[in-house]
Amino acid sequence: MNKAIPMPQKPWQPSGADKVKNLLIVLAAFVLAGASVELTGLNGKLGFFFSLFISLLVLNFSFHYFKRGTAAAKDALLQVLAVMAIVITLIPIVSIVATVFSKGYKGLHWGILTKDMALASVNDPIASGGLLHALVGTILMVGGALIISFPIGVLTALYLTEIRGSLTRPIKFLVQAMSGVPSIVAGLFILSSLVYPVTKELSGLMGSLALTILMIPTIARTAEEMLRLIPNELREAGVALGGTQWRTVAGVVLPAAKSGLVTAIILGVARIIGETAPILLVSGGGDSLNLNPTEGAMGSLPFYIWKAFLTSGTPEALARAWAGMLVLLSFIFILFGMARYISGRKVG
Amino acid sequence: MSIDAPAKVIPQARKITTKPRRSDQIFRIVVTIGGMASLVILGLIALFLSLKGAHVLVDEKMGFITGSAWEAITDETGDISQSNFGIGAMLVGTMLCALIAVLVGVPISVLTALYLTFYANGKLKKFLISVIDLMAAFPSLLFGFWGFIVLMSSAEYWAKLINKYLGFIPIFDVPAPVFERAPFIAGLVLAIMIIPIVTAISREIFDQTPLDRIQAAYALGATKLAMIKAVVIPFGRGGIIGGAMLGLGRAMGETVAVYTVLNIVYQINWQVLFGAGGNVASLILLKFGEAGPYEVDALMAAGLILFLLTLLVNAAADVLINRFGGKGR
Repeated sequence: MNKAIPMPQKPWQPSGADKVKNLLIVLAAFVLAGASVELTGLNGKLGFFFSLFISLLVLNFSFHYFKRGTAAAKDALLQVLAVMAIVITLIPIVSIVATVFSKGYKGLHWGILTKDMALASVNDPIASGGLLHALVGTILMVGGALIISFPIGVLTALYLTEIRGSLTRPIKFLVQAMSGVPSIVAGLFILSSLVYPVTKELSGLMGSLALTILMIPTIARTAEEMLRLIPNELREAGVALGGTQWRTVAGVVLPAAKSGLVTAIILGVARIIGETAPILLVSGGGDSLNLNPTEGAMGSLPFYIWKAFLTSGTPEALARAWAGMLVLLSFIFILFGMARYISGRKVG
Repeated sequence: MSIDAPAKVIPQARKITTKPRRSDQIFRIVVTIGGMASLVILGLIALFLSLKGAHVLVDEKMGFITGSAWEAITDETGDISQSNFGIGAMLVGTMLCALIAVLVGVPISVLTALYLTFYANGKLKKFLISVIDLMAAFPSLLFGFWGFIVLMSSAEYWAKLINKYLGFIPIFDVPAPVFERAPFIAGLVLAIMIIPIVTAISREIFDQTPLDRIQAAYALGATKLAMIKAVVIPFGRGGIIGGAMLGLGRAMGETVAVYTVLNIVYQINWQVLFGAGGNVASLILLKFGEAGPYEVDALMAAGLILFLLTLLVNAAADVLINRFGGKGR
């Protein structure tokens, strides 16, 4: 007798008919939304989106209500709300990126990375001047901040993961609190502690120090997470081979966490590269190339964008601002892609 | 036959001790000092801001918190004869914008986190998570300009609609039909800025929901909604509130985005749709350029109050998040 073997089924997955029905509901919602935009006072993309949202809710609710009852209908409601929430979250991201690219490319030209603004004003034609000074200033300031905050951040992370002393809880809280320090307060702090009493001059170094305050928590937190990923067996193996704690950390734990630490650096840089408020207060923001961080005003990308955007409303100035934004955003994209790539690989 | 084994020198047993070696002692000291950095820096911030700002607080007394004027009358020599500095209006504005941000942003973030944790899966989930993490790294400058150029017109349209149909509620009323650059719009921009942060925290907390309880709920025949209501929300409530507080702290300290979007006016304005408002951080940025020495000290005092306020909010957030799980970001 040839007994029919039942095929394995996946009853939890929507069947083809279900998928068609769902698609129909969505289509109906689109039609309804279009009709309501046509017939009522709502207008524009937002009006359409709003009525689409409402009609999706109503249609989904009533469909599931008549098919399976109240509980299912409420469940469907939550699903629509959740999907809508992610759509609402994504709209600004897409819109921001699209705006920056569509407005920014007009301000790009061949000299943008080789000229500074010493001889050009923001209202001059686009082709004169560039953002070399801003780029160099940003790189110097971020580099300086990195040199100071990386050791401090990693030491904090080591304290939290390796020493685990009695102050672990308070320090965790303080790192958290530090990441909530408003960026403008960081700028005011540098002004009150260093610029007014000591240097009496705005400079790139001051910008670096202000950025350091904002960078340390990001690096410390990321490094801590990465060090926690290192399996304890590695530490035990290091100690069992006769290593002291210092040798174990330096020879086993830190090398194993190398890619994680690089991720921490990248995320820290991405956190501060667009920071504007402290830069406006303490870096001075010059228009010409300045390679000396300890002396004289130093430009930076956020300052360049800020100045071009706020000083005048001419099309050239706006094009410059958006082009600067495009460069800044590209940096953030590249940094983020690098962080994803590195942390995506296996730890160790 | 026996082979004569060479006489072995038995090494002396090493002294067993729990005392760390010299190198370890140094290591521990260095790491501990490094670990103290956050404490030292926060302490120094409070110290230096109070050193510069304390005398203004003493001069102005409670008026600094409650007053809503920011002016100084100078005599012929340029000395300040009478000063009247108060950040009352700006504190109201700060709370107003931040509250709008939280009220709008947190529900969206929590629903987004629910979607990411319980609805999305596989590659889509990974992709969406990295996109939202990327959004958290966008500079506030970018949000501000985007809010000014792109969001403003749509938000104005909504503000008019709200005013038309809900205008009888006092906070939605406007003294004059000026909807541009209102706290409502600044609050929306801030909401968009805190969504990635609050979403990340909520997601971490939802991820920690015990799987056995989820499965128990499903086994009892719960729908997803019933499961979330019965298991996920009670488990994560504290963490979500903590995340909202953290978002509130971020929104309160935001400078550049608010400065770009909001029309900064020195008056206490509760009407969220009306185009006048302010926030402490943007006041500092606005006034800093042309401030005289005394006014700079007044701005330092404002910074000190902002710092203490965000510290307080962050502390509350930390307590809530740690008590109810989640690492916080």
